[in-house]
Amino acid sequence: MDFGPHLMLAMLEGAVTAAILALTAMGLSVVFGVMRVVNVAHGEFYMLGAVIAWFVATTLGTHPAVGFVAALVIAPLVVGALAAAADKLILQHIDYDPERTIVATIGLLYIIQQGTLMTFGPDASPVEPPFNHRIALPWFEWGEDGFAFYYPWGLSITSYKLFVIVAAALILVALYLFMTRTKAGLIMRATQQDSQMAQAFGIPVSKVYALVFGLGAALAAIGAVLVVPIQQAHYLMGHDPLLLSFIVVIIGGLGSLPGTVIAALLIGMSDGVISVFFSPTLAKIMATLAVAMVLVFRPQGLLGKKAH
Amino acid sequence: MDRALTLHLAIIAALALAFFILPAYHAGNLARIMVLAIYAMGYNLAFGYTGLLSLGHALFFGAGMYGLSLSMQHLGTPTLPALAIALACAAVVAGVVGALALRTKGVAFMIVTLMFAQAGYLVALYFSEWTRGEEGFVLPQTMRQIAGIDLTTAMGRYFAALVLFAITLLIIGHIVRAPFGRTLIAIRENEARATMLGYDVQRLKWIALVISGTISGLAGATYALLFGYAGASFAAVPYSILPLLYVLLGGAGTTLGPLIGAAFMIYLFDLSADITDAYMLIAGVVLVLLTMFLPQGILGTLRARRFKWLP
Amino acid sequence: MTKKLITPSTTTRRGALKTLGLGGTALAASTAMPGFIQAQSSAPIKIGFQVHRTGIGASYGRWYDRTSQAAVKRINDAGGINGRMVELIPEDDGTDAKRGAEVIEKFATQSNCDIAFGTLFSHVVIGSAPRAGELKLPYFVVSEGHHVASGMLNRYTLQPGITDVKSQVQAMAPYVASNLGKKVCMIYPDFAFGHDHRDYFSAAFEAQGGTINAKIAIPPTETSFTKYFPQIPRDTEVIYHVMTGPAVLTFVKELGEFFGPSRPELFGFIDSLEAVDIASPGLEFLEGSYMWEGMPRYVQTNQSEWDKAYREAVGVDENGASVSDPRDISTYAHMFGCWETLNIIKAGMEASGYQGPADRAKLIEAVEAMSDMAEGMDHPQGAKIFNGKTHQTFGHQYITKVEGGRMNLVHTTSIEDTLYEDEVDYTTQSF
Repeated sequence: MDFGPHLMLAMLEGAVTAAILALTAMGLSVVFGVMRVVNVAHGEFYMLGAVIAWFVATTLGTHPAVGFVAALVIAPLVVGALAAAADKLILQHIDYDPERTIVATIGLLYIIQQGTLMTFGPDASPVEPPFNHRIALPWFEWGEDGFAFYYPWGLSITSYKLFVIVAAALILVALYLFMTRTKAGLIMRATQQDSQMAQAFGIPVSKVYALVFGLGAALAAIGAVLVVPIQQAHYLMGHDPLLLSFIVVIIGGLGSLPGTVIAALLIGMSDGVISVFFSPTLAKIMATLAVAMVLVFRPQGLLGKKAH
Repeated sequence: MDRALTLHLAIIAALALAFFILPAYHAGNLARIMVLAIYAMGYNLAFGYTGLLSLGHALFFGAGMYGLSLSMQHLGTPTLPALAIALACAAVVAGVVGALALRTKGVAFMIVTLMFAQAGYLVALYFSEWTRGEEGFVLPQTMRQIAGIDLTTAMGRYFAALVLFAITLLIIGHIVRAPFGRTLIAIRENEARATMLGYDVQRLKWIALVISGTISGLAGATYALLFGYAGASFAAVPYSILPLLYVLLGGAGTTLGPLIGAAFMIYLFDLSADITDAYMLIAGVVLVLLTMFLPQGILGTLRARRFKWLP
Repeated sequence: MTKKLITPSTTTRRGALKTLGLGGTALAASTAMPGFIQAQSSAPIKIGFQVHRTGIGASYGRWYDRTSQAAVKRINDAGGINGRMVELIPEDDGTDAKRGAEVIEKFATQSNCDIAFGTLFSHVVIGSAPRAGELKLPYFVVSEGHHVASGMLNRYTLQPGITDVKSQVQAMAPYVASNLGKKVCMIYPDFAFGHDHRDYFSAAFEAQGGTINAKIAIPPTETSFTKYFPQIPRDTEVIYHVMTGPAVLTFVKELGEFFGPSRPELFGFIDSLEAVDIASPGLEFLEGSYMWEGMPRYVQTNQSEWDKAYREAVGVDENGASVSDPRDISTYAHMFGCWETLNIIKAGMEASGYQGPADRAKLIEAVEAMSDMAEGMDHPQGAKIFNGKTHQTFGHQYITKVEGGRMNLVHTTSIEDTLYEDEVDYTTQSF
């Protein structure tokens, strides 16, 4: 394949990765921003979202679109409720101590993974996309007749992948409006800035925390419902999204929502584009080191405020 | 002789005796636990004493493991020089990573170390012509000996593990009570104040991380040497999380916490696997309960409640 | 690659054992000699079963478990081994190398197993084998890795019930070259298992006069694949794919979306599609493509009576799914290895008059002395030739074509196609 179309294909694929990553990482970012804890079980909430989507779609057994829409509503609600319950039962009890939270959420990770293995089983299960058309894409070239369009071999995307990009963007806009234009969002931001002050002003901080934790998990679940028609539900699928979300949240700057989106785009796109130039495993090594270096020389992340 | 040193020596003596008392299976387990405890002790120096929460120690563990096993496998290096190579590898890797990662703090430090370790894991996969990547390779059985002592026998393995464990424990026990160790604790408790008092905090943290990484590398090399296998899975993320868990369970900032934590985790998995297939579930629940009800870990809680003198 | 028939060595011990009928028909021989075996103990023979219940190998582990249970039941229904019942002691290894070694220690020193058996994933085998050798515990793996025959392991580790990747891969080359095309693009995971495919297949294929026009390595953690496909050269006639892990459905789906209506021929290994329904959404693209299978998942028109009885014993229907749940697809191309290995263990124990752990070396010698194994109820996958020197078995390989959502047999390789020169002689190692 020629270089131009190849690069474009890689960028389109990168955009899909980035879209899902932005949603998942946003979940982690919201939790981190407001509660200042690292949720190691975040990837498992993502996995649960995918598994529930599979369950809803197969149980309904109707047209894939119906199952998909149902999953898009049910999965985040169930996962969010589970996460809120975990917050009430465990995290509140240990007072959101950063280190203990890590261990507790590792425990949670084991519990969710094993629970899924025992009920859902070890197999990867696909979910049918609500719609899926292959769209061949044009490319241009300077031929003898000057500028001309043509359809190069292999340059295509599917309608569903385009939908994922658009849907993720819409959800992020909705989240932004929620955080900035509603009272609930205001309360969250107030708690983020100073939880003790918020408490003094009568904000039920423990309720806010439970809700935020639920919201974070629900965002991961939405990301998973969107991705599951492209990938499959599998009980070990939470590992990579967790790592990547971590990276995105830190690179973006802790708790900075726009920063998270930019970092997700950067990481998702570079994942696609670097693979054009280098042997893939080498590309992963370089991308990983690049992330580390960004942090070394700009520890507060891209849009984070300098500490102290 | 003070109480802490007496306790350490007593533990070492008890472990030596245990080999002759315990049934073969548990003696074998204990050998492994001691190796993992070395790893956790190394980790504890960075995390428990200096307050550096690293998520990338598998890199140092792996550097030691591959330093020893690759030189034995491909260069035919005898055990002791191979062990020296392993320690040098781990020390150099820890020195470089430390110089870069210590520019960051807190969560950024966690992620930077995680990233370096992930890159290290991928490097092990990338050079699979030598490492056989994920699949790993077996160390030649005939080479696994020190000064004519066969490390593939139960006794050779156990006492090799014990000697290395004892050396590490005594060194750590000494370090944390020497002025250097006290300063590290001061840095953990209040870095700004330590800086104000004129300590070169960055340099001290770097030294602590290099020692910590070298000890972790010793553990990785010992594991390969005693159990005859090196594979990339030992350099992967879960092996960065393991020492953190051991240390938190046993008690961060206690000299014997790593041993207790490693023993606790290994037996938790082993015993619950006897009862049910869902041993991960049990392990998960126990972890959650421990953090809720024993926040300072087993020894940390004991120290806080009863034995104030515990090292 | 030069091919050479494995000729059984003609030492007198071997010759003597052979005349006793041990080579292949050991079972018949031993049952024909009642009285030879006087059970001295009525305690069961304990077989430690290292099983992947959790971790990435769990899909396989579930079916390895079912197959092994069925094989043990059949052995016990027929009177057990040397008059003693067989007891399977399953222990989860979490598909992890460290835990695998611990499990071996548990078998040897705590649950007092006579032997260990059943591991699939290569890193678990390689992590466990040194401990099995040191503890002098016979370790029968069902892994299809080349680690046993490569000489990396030890005298106590054997793979008599399933062929290894090297022989599988090279046996595919003649069929691909003469039926599918001469220009092959290989896509494989970028770690040891994928590199084995890359090296062994390209060598064998070039020996057939074909060319490998691209080798595309995919990082093992990858979850999306489209970005790699532009590296596939335009003139590719055949794509050879061997992906692992749960992302394989994505891989196939995206390959389909990339090529659209016109695609080259596809040849793949079933490994990652084990336990996956070929009729799953997204796998339509495999229609008309070719697959390696260790044993055909779907009942074929020339089904042997043994395949029929074996399916029934394990509880697998004619589509390769569980009889109790048609959505529960088996790992049919691999799990026969558990069945056959257990029968070989039985034959070996009977031939050596195995009584207890003191006879472990005799058991290994008895298995090493085996060579021809006839197709039958003990070997439903087909006839095998066991190489006692390399501890590795060789057998027929099957190529099936995906047609109408099922896989139909199009070619069965000869055993000769799978042979290669010995790389080790374990029988020269001491016990």
